Amino acid sequence: MILSRKELIGLTILSLLILAVLPLALDTFRLNLVGKYLTYAFVALGLVMCWGYGGILSLGQGIFFGLGGYCMAMYLKLEASSVENTKIQSTPGIPDFMDWNQITELPFFWEPFHSLPLTLILVIAVPVFFAFIIGFAMFTRRVGGTYFAIITQAIAAILTILIVGQQGYIGGINGITDLRTLHGWDIRTDDAKLILYFVNALLLIGCLLIAFFVKHSKLGRILVAMRDKEDRVRFSGYNVSSFKIFVFCLAAGISAVGGAMFALQVGFMSPSFVGIVPSIEMVIYAAVGGRLSILGAVYGTLLVNWAKTSFSESFPELWLLGLGGLFIAVVLAFPNGLAGIYTSYVEPYVKRLLSKKTEIIPGGTLPQGSPAE
Amino acid sequence: MFADYSLAELGSIFVMQGFSGLILFSVYLLMALGLAIIFGQMGVINMAHGEFMILGAYVTYFTSQFFLNYLPPLFPGYFFLAMILAFIASGVLGMFIEWVMIRHLYKRPLDTLLATWGLSLILQQLYRSFFGAREVGVELPEWMMGSVAITDTIEVQINGLFVISLTLAITVAVALLMFKSRWGKQVRAVVQNRIMAGAVGINTEKVDRYTFALGCGIAGVAGSAFTMIGSTGPTAGQLYIVDTFLVVVFGGAASLLGTIASAFSISQAQSTLEFFLSGSMAKVLTLLSVVGILMLRPQGLFTLKVRR
Repeated sequence: MILSRKELIGLTILSLLILAVLPLALDTFRLNLVGKYLTYAFVALGLVMCWGYGGILSLGQGIFFGLGGYCMAMYLKLEASSVENTKIQSTPGIPDFMDWNQITELPFFWEPFHSLPLTLILVIAVPVFFAFIIGFAMFTRRVGGTYFAIITQAIAAILTILIVGQQGYIGGINGITDLRTLHGWDIRTDDAKLILYFVNALLLIGCLLIAFFVKHSKLGRILVAMRDKEDRVRFSGYNVSSFKIFVFCLAAGISAVGGAMFALQVGFMSPSFVGIVPSIEMVIYAAVGGRLSILGAVYGTLLVNWAKTSFSESFPELWLLGLGGLFIAVVLAFPNGLAGIYTSYVEPYVKRLLSKKTEIIPGGTLPQGSPAE
Repeated sequence: MFADYSLAELGSIFVMQGFSGLILFSVYLLMALGLAIIFGQMGVINMAHGEFMILGAYVTYFTSQFFLNYLPPLFPGYFFLAMILAFIASGVLGMFIEWVMIRHLYKRPLDTLLATWGLSLILQQLYRSFFGAREVGVELPEWMMGSVAITDTIEVQINGLFVISLTLAITVAVALLMFKSRWGKQVRAVVQNRIMAGAVGINTEKVDRYTFALGCGIAGVAGSAFTMIGSTGPTAGQLYIVDTFLVVVFGGAASLLGTIASAFSISQAQSTLEFFLSGSMAKVLTLLSVVGILMLRPQGLFTLKVRR
């Protein structure tokens, strides 16, 4: 049983929303925007897993989103820079930014991205491998909490500086742009965008199911126990670090899927989605949705991004104030985000409406104990 | 890579890079001192630290404008007043923030990170609305400009020397305050055992508030010192925050000596590498080695052995 009844209802509502309601209600442009937001929801979901359940706050999820996105973008870029597409360059057959930077040969790490199956594997494998190295080095030495957050943040900074500095090899600050086809299929048409939206939505639902599965498995219960009293779990004979490494890698893999879908839907990838600022913003998506709520991650992402787009269209100056206020409000007043508001205020009323009995079910309790410290 | 230079030239290069490394060291140390007090002593992650610095920089800028326009004869000395004003402005803001926000979060250190990040966004927008989006720079008084030639190939800037000596003075003052004064003893007592410190009659809330204010005030002074070597804009604070945290963590959060040592090693590594590699690669290499060492020695360079 991977879903409780309540979760099944919630997941059905969410699936209906992103698979039917939004595609019918929105025009292509807006639907594309929603598709872009949903790719961030993968990251928020990963953060719910490793922060909410595992108690590890990573401020570098942008790294994994970016690595996944860059892997995909490199494949698409190679396809877009075929010999006949790039015959005006001094060396045809390599991406245009390499040509501008006087690089005449394809660097070795681009070679695997000629093949689509290999790319699809690398999209997941590269970020998970990075996450494993970071996780292995940190968790076996019992680095956690604030130190882990700061170190992941530093790694995000390093990666951004590295990408920005390597103009010739990975496109620098402009990123990898002008992506056209996926295995010969034009991704820039409206039809393709619609299909990609649905692929993205289905992948997200798949990842949500994985998350629910992990949450209800024995592994998920150990994770929560570990978050709340790490030493007791360790003294019970569990190898705490390997569980942490696993959930961190899982979060990285899920985030990477989001990154790859981002590159496909938006048609470019740039370092502005990798660094510290986007990484922290992704944490706020998870926090607004509720750090303990798997479905909340999606709602939080949609809500914050929708607010961001509509606010910054009309009041660009207010947006930063609003976002800052949101950070503070969520932390001070609603530590469990939207999901917490729902379970403590809305759910009791819903229940009372549904059951004809007039007794009030004692709600008002936050789900599953206090957030990780 | 050394073949193109003669031995004397190489010597000069190392001295010059060492000197610019010393300026960078002062910058890092000034930024990290305030943070080390707040993070090391109180366990609060203050992501708005950069914005407190920028506040100090703006205060300095406006003081210099005031002196330039109304009190030109006193202009050469404006900086000393500006520094005090910057300390007061950032410190008072810090005290206010502690009262509104931070005191509710002492038991949730990771949440202070999110909340202060929100604060930093708000402050950035406020600076942009009030002071404009463009970068501002102060006009240096005459005695701070120019450089001193030590040998034919080696010369050092006076404003750099000034920043270095300022940093030394502030560091000594902080060390004296923390280790010699009655108040410093109270701070350390609260850090070691809050309940017991409260039980023996220390007003822990007050100590927390003043500690936070002190850290922010030092950030303000750091920002004030920055105006001498660069210009300031609303978002400049964010550029430094990762470096600053790494300096503090690398040194071992609760150790003043560790902060000094790590600021020194990071800045020297970076400025020496910068000469031979591009600036960004030097930074990447420095940060990478810091992270690598932190993985081997997670508690930082200088830490007391404590049972946890």
